[in-house]
Amino acid sequence: MSSLTELSATEIGALLRSRGASVIEVAQAFASKEDTVGAFITRSAPDSEACARAQVMIDAGEGSALTGVPIALKDNISTRGLLTTCASRILSNYIPPYNAMVVDKLESQGLISLGKTNLDEFAFGASTETSAYHVTRNPWDLERSPGGSSGGSAAAVAAHLSPVALGSDTGGSIRQPASLCGIVGYKPTYGRVSRYGLVAFASSLDQIGPFGRSVEDCAHLAAVISGHDHHDATSLPTDPISARDLKTGSLKGKRIAIPSELFDDSAEPGVLASVDSAIQALKGEGVEFVPVSIPEITVGVTTYYIIAPAEASSNLARFDGVRFGPRESGDGHVNVVAETRGKLFGKEVRTRIVVGTYVLSAGYYDAYYLRAQQVRGKMAAKFEQVLSTCDAILSPTSPCVAFKIGELEGDPLALKLLDYCTIPANMGGFPAISLPCGLSDGLPVGLQLLGGISRDEDLLQLAYSVEQCLGVKITPPKM
Amino acid sequence: MSISLDEVRHVAKLARLEMGEADLVALQSELNALLGHFQDINAIDVTGCQPKPHAVPRQNVWADDEPVFGLPREAALQNAAAAKAGLFLVPTIIED
Repeated sequence: MSSLTELSATEIGALLRSRGASVIEVAQAFASKEDTVGAFITRSAPDSEACARAQVMIDAGEGSALTGVPIALKDNISTRGLLTTCASRILSNYIPPYNAMVVDKLESQGLISLGKTNLDEFAFGASTETSAYHVTRNPWDLERSPGGSSGGSAAAVAAHLSPVALGSDTGGSIRQPASLCGIVGYKPTYGRVSRYGLVAFASSLDQIGPFGRSVEDCAHLAAVISGHDHHDATSLPTDPISARDLKTGSLKGKRIAIPSELFDDSAEPGVLASVDSAIQALKGEGVEFVPVSIPEITVGVTTYYIIAPAEASSNLARFDGVRFGPRESGDGHVNVVAETRGKLFGKEVRTRIVVGTYVLSAGYYDAYYLRAQQVRGKMAAKFEQVLSTCDAILSPTSPCVAFKIGELEGDPLALKLLDYCTIPANMGGFPAISLPCGLSDGLPVGLQLLGGISRDEDLLQLAYSVEQCLGVKITPPKM
Repeated sequence: MSISLDEVRHVAKLARLEMGEADLVALQSELNALLGHFQDINAIDVTGCQPKPHAVPRQNVWADDEPVFGLPREAALQNAAAAKAGLFLVPTIIED
């Protein structure tokens, strides 16, 4: 029943509750669809026992809006008994002995896993091209990248291989691929979703979040995975994100800031035109746009590429060929570790580890790492100041539409600049969401809304109203 | 500021990354390009700015003082490259 795969997650949940389809029937419809974009690293058949448990919950009138709905998981989220590679050869045989907290929550609410999706190795990248396994393609144009690092999850949802997915976002790794694939991607406030079991990249920036084909889908999924977790010391002691109150509301009187630094000529004209059209439509609904300037944005990418590799170099020290993964041979313990890491980490991972080790080393710590943290603090304070008088900050999500695979391979700095608009949210821990606002040259453009700390419900409500106002419904050709 | 090939080799050694000469030379070039961009942050006046190491700071986060079960030993060792007598087995570190 192929039409099942056309439905949104919220629609599937409603269909299941109305007995219009069974849990196993829906899961098999998605699982049997050919993965023509290379979205998955490990695609698993729906677990019949998990489907049966979800069906029991539905039949008893229990569970949530997404009980019985299939989901794909980025392959850096630990799944007990299921291969978790981080798209790296150094974890090519790693079977986690425990679940990430988000996976436990998905299972308890009866969502059905469809498998693990591709990413840039250890989530270091913005194109999903640094995966040690294969390249993932954009469903809008198979010659183009889905973005990254959560490119597999974004492509899976855009290609209707899964109605929703989870990704992780350290500098834009949910929002940028969502933008390039024409779907919705949401990074919650840092700490509202437990990072327990997410293989760490940069611990002060990492956040798990949802992909969906609508704001409502993402809100429902955020409600399932969020909430305080004592396993994660950075988890905020707050209630789970509520998705119950989303409703079509007036935008009249909303104040939205537009920083000039995110609308400069580093973005493609087609992207700026599409976002500007959205701004004009929202003005027509009574939104007040407030021009602001936050000069620290211009050094956001630099700041990120000091802080994130510094944290990554520390986090990835645990991959030494002793506790996880294959081991290379060598003369003595130190050489075995160095051979294992040198051979089994990919080029981008090695580069970032060396950058991180360098900026943390004696003599350079103050000039790079400490100063970057000061800039981070100043940037976050400016954002908080703007958000004290505005409901949100609006910008393009990505300065460009989907680029051709290999196009930026020889230009690592260009690849890093793709995160220009998304990095500030991670620096300050702010929630931010990308939703489609139109097409440029036939490819999707994403609009980003960034909100105040822990005001996730307000941000989701605003994004829902913006989505309803813009009325953008886009689907990849031939899907 | 630029980084020499010897410095790249030294940092790679600190990071426990065995790399061939060609890879080190390519890495030196990329690092020098990055370090050039890193100077951009000097354009921001940070006088009096406190460093921000966490996105949303929390302080004094303590676990409840209650015993909890950890991973069973077999589960903790299941991904080890080598194990013996219930322990991770590594190459000799200190000779007899």
